Amino acid sequence: MTTSDEILLSIEGLTVSYGAVEAVRGIDLTVKRGEIVTLLGANGAGKSSTLNALVGLAPRKARRMLFDGTDLLALPPETIVRRGMTLVPEGRRVFSSLTVDENLMLGGAKHAARGNPAAVKTNMLELFPILAERLHQKAGSLSGGEQQMLAIARALMSSPDLLLLDEPSLGLAPQVVDRIFDLIGNLRDRGLTILLVEQNVVQSLEIADRGYVLANGRVELQGSAADLRASPEIQDAYLGA
Amino acid sequence: MSMDIFLQQLLNALSLGGTYALLALGLAVVFSIIGLINFAHGELMTVTGYAICFALIWGLPFPLAVIAGLVVAIAAALLMERIAFRPVRGASGTTLLLTSFAVSAILRVLFQNIISARPIPVSIPSSMSGVVTIGPLHLGMIQLISIVVTLVMLLGLNLFLHRTMAGRAMRAASEDFAVLRLMGIRANFVVATAFAISGLLAGVAGLLWVAQRGSVDPLMGALPVLKAFIAAIIGGLGSLSGAVAGGFLLGFIEVILQAYLPDSLLPYRDAFAILLVIAVLLFRPQGLLARKTLVKL
Ligand SMILES: Nc1ncnc2c1ncn2[C@@H]1O[C@H](COP(=O)(O)OP(=O)(O)OP(=O)(O)O)[C@@H](O)[C@H]1O
Ligand SMILES: [Mg+2]
Repeated sequence: MTTSDEILLSIEGLTVSYGAVEAVRGIDLTVKRGEIVTLLGANGAGKSSTLNALVGLAPRKARRMLFDGTDLLALPPETIVRRGMTLVPEGRRVFSSLTVDENLMLGGAKHAARGNPAAVKTNMLELFPILAERLHQKAGSLSGGEQQMLAIARALMSSPDLLLLDEPSLGLAPQVVDRIFDLIGNLRDRGLTILLVEQNVVQSLEIADRGYVLANGRVELQGSAADLRASPEIQDAYLGA
Repeated sequence: MSMDIFLQQLLNALSLGGTYALLALGLAVVFSIIGLINFAHGELMTVTGYAICFALIWGLPFPLAVIAGLVVAIAAALLMERIAFRPVRGASGTTLLLTSFAVSAILRVLFQNIISARPIPVSIPSSMSGVVTIGPLHLGMIQLISIVVTLVMLLGLNLFLHRTMAGRAMRAASEDFAVLRLMGIRANFVVATAFAISGLLAGVAGLLWVAQRGSVDPLMGALPVLKAFIAAIIGGLGSLSGAVAGGFLLGFIEVILQAYLPDSLLPYRDAFAILLVIAVLLFRPQGLLARKTLVKL
């Protein structure tokens, strides 16, 4: 799948403050339709704050925050999700006392009024056969990898155009991490646009088209994935060259 | 003690405990979602009582008066949320608690000044206050009705929570409200649903309370909601099954104390009940059925 030049998300001067703590200090960011863009950075750099601010879950200010032509600044999370951008939050946060099925159906709540969450669910279970096997189990009883699959599937139930993923590989065994990255590539091939926050720099830059590196709430570095891989900063800080 | 009396005490305990359970459940449903202990919950009972009372005075037949009472209870709960609690949503637990005290106090004053400070009799159909004779047993009709109504409400709520999208959303919200919003489900809708349910539960409890006592007064809800609060704490605040268990447990404790305490100690019945609660909390400070993630009936 090739990247178009259509800009899906464009952010200018985004700041996120929690009281006196300024977690994000005026960043610009764009994502084009069909891209995988990765957002890298050390612990506490402000990656999660950025994603949470995009969906309206963190207190945010910005000069401009446009998604597919709509101004995000005035919208609450539930409306942003209904417009086609959603987040798989850090730490998965599946509803653990609900079954896999119930988690998925909630993810598809947007289709409940018109259309049919059950039809979307059928597609989802083809994409995630493991979830079909676990359908009536409590989400809390799944393994970490399975919970991450569920968290992603639940987000996809809202049929988003842009998927924000916050450290999907966090705490997972290497083989499971590989499966998650395969899945992300797969989703892009199906036409989804992805903004990926990761600590796993090597694999992220392999799969991404472009990337940003955050440090102390600012964009320290940005460029094509190939350029970033070759940059001395990334080589030193993350690739141990 | 004869079989008659034993069974009657059992029924008393189940019907009293059931009413506490409904009230505690109403508190827990709201607490599990927005972290508010709504002390104005008792006033929802009172409002129901007045609504039924006036509907009867205006000549509505009893079943319609009951429906009117429940509709008013739900509407009052929704108004409370919209006017008093939505503006402070997300504030600290103390702020929420004080707000609910204020709502409760304002409503009591309004009842006293607009309606009457004294109890108003409510004419309950005589068929409800009779005694049912089953073979050798004579059992109070109103207690039987209370128990059946409580069970129907508990089953209905359980079905709602597990079979409907709104019910699933409520269970999910009690685990992780922020993520529920990421499902595209409106926060206000979930909170309003919680209040509507708590209003309905308070309304049913108010109906049963009035049916047993035959009158309404401005402070009618005060004592039962205090008991319900205790029941919810025993069960583990925010746990719905805990609230139900706590309600029935408190009902049993009170009825047993009532039956077995010597006359000289009877005035201290509630003090003994609270002592037992303190004992429970000493051993399980988080309550009997509290779980890290909440809900499940
Ligand atoms: N809810 C909050 N309240 C107060 N401070 C917060 C909150 N969330 C994050 N912070 C602070 O904001 C800064 C950025 O945090 P953030 O979670 O965005 O970083 P991150 O890049 O996602 O880090 P990590 O890799 O550890 O997930 C940190 O200093 C953090 O302590
Ligand atoms: Mg983070």
